Amino acid sequence: MLKDITIGQFFPGNSAVHRLDPRVKIVLTIAFIIALFLAAGPVSYAVILVFLAAIIGISGISPRLVVRGLRPILFIILFTAVLNLFYTPGDYIWQWGWLHISKQGIAVAFFMVLRLMLLIIATSMLTYTTSPIQLTDGLERLLGPLKRLRVPVHELSMMMSIALRFIPTLIEETEKIIAAQKARGADFDSGNILQRAKALVPILVPLFISAFRRADELATAMECRLYRGDVGRTRMKQLKIERLDVCASVLCTVVIAAVIVLGRFGL
Amino acid sequence: MSTILETRGLTYVYGAGTPFERVALDHVDLRIEKGEILGVIGHTGSGKSTLIQHFNGLLKPSAGEVLLDGRSIWDEKGKCARETRFRVGLVFQYPEYQLFEETIARDIAFGPSNMGLPQEEIDARVRESMRAVGLDEKLAGQSPFALSGGQKRRVAIAGVIAMRPDVLVLDEPTAGLDPAGRDEILELVKQYHDTSGATVLIVSHSMEDIARLADRLLVMDHSRVLFCDTPREVFAHAEEIIAAGLDIPMITKVMRELARRGLAVDTSVFTVPQALDAIRAAKKGGAR
Repeated sequence: MLKDITIGQFFPGNSAVHRLDPRVKIVLTIAFIIALFLAAGPVSYAVILVFLAAIIGISGISPRLVVRGLRPILFIILFTAVLNLFYTPGDYIWQWGWLHISKQGIAVAFFMVLRLMLLIIATSMLTYTTSPIQLTDGLERLLGPLKRLRVPVHELSMMMSIALRFIPTLIEETEKIIAAQKARGADFDSGNILQRAKALVPILVPLFISAFRRADELATAMECRLYRGDVGRTRMKQLKIERLDVCASVLCTVVIAAVIVLGRFGL
Repeated sequence: MSTILETRGLTYVYGAGTPFERVALDHVDLRIEKGEILGVIGHTGSGKSTLIQHFNGLLKPSAGEVLLDGRSIWDEKGKCARETRFRVGLVFQYPEYQLFEETIARDIAFGPSNMGLPQEEIDARVRESMRAVGLDEKLAGQSPFALSGGQKRRVAIAGVIAMRPDVLVLDEPTAGLDPAGRDEILELVKQYHDTSGATVLIVSHSMEDIARLADRLLVMDHSRVLFCDTPREVFAHAEEIIAAGLDIPMITKVMRELARRGLAVDTSVFTVPQALDAIRAAKKGGAR
């Protein structure tokens, strides 16, 4: 049930995609998303599709898993498709009252769905192949310049790491509490909305208490290890740009440039 | 004695159809007799916690059956009657983390009020179960969160006892308690068993604790039942138990060492008085 959510999950591995510097991965993902929105025709989409498929292939993550990651946003995808399908004006090929389908509508709906799916898959690939620690590390370094503007970049990224770290723990905890309350005859599946909301109290109270307890314990543990925040803190794993990162960047830049050029010509 | 709970070919697979698939229970056949204390032992991951969640229908078997009083707890439509939860009371590991109400009395009343009992009956049961776990009645109106860890656990156990289950299942009730707290909880379980006549299952990985208390021991290993017999019979198979990664009681070890050094003693004993008898018997035999 709760464990089926794959969005934002990390799948450990040792592929070239896994080994890339997180900063490079983040920047390239953003560039990729921009390119995705500049793509204008079947040829540019085909280039993107092949490129993404190659990345998935290299990463060694099962394509089935990647597709399954789309499930949570299935509704948004369908909703977008339906809206675009029925509300795009153009050469109508079917009409019924105020509902109509145009040739352009079909094309727009198709490419919009494709664009959304590629967007989700690309960002998922970032989280699938980058551990939360690396991800926040990369973000912290990328946003480093903002520190001069007194933005607490380090604190924010530390909070993010901790939050990510505790998601699986709290999911497990929730499942345990649900089982325990069910064993005392708690009923979560029947009654009206008000009764159902009330039935959540026996889950939420223990969950919050446990979250606070864990936060308290973690804070103590961090202080015991002399955590003082950003100033003067060194890292065990220094981020370094390697040959692999340079190669990946060059390759991506070429692909993205190609997509932009193709998009210019409306291909 | 008659059988109260029974499993036939009970099999449970976690994450079926995913790369994380794992068999947690593998064709478990089991009979639990009415009124007995059954100790359930096994190392971490042997399937004991999965097993007990089948007894009250929290988990649905992948294959096989669970029978309560000879009737399957899952009907033809694949549903489990809510009744089962009240008849088989399950106390989870670290149950104090499930407390949520404003007062101790209201938390204990959660189970009974889910059963739809009248208010007077609920109040009576709250008082009765507080007494059963040795909590002062004056505490009834206090917040459970103000109590010590050991007392919170008593409140949680009282919350399950208040449903007056025919079978009380406790998953590691002594985990994380100091030796005194551990003995108190075990003593309380024993007392509850003797006064209520309920069937009691205690899960533990401490042989020492459980051997003294249980009428029979169920030893789990690698998702299967290794032994299900009286402690004496089980400890007679010490080698297999050690091979399964479990410990045997200290006094049993002593007796085995004595036997190894040539004193013909009974090595299946598991308490000190039994050991004394066995040594006396061996000495008499030797003098003759």
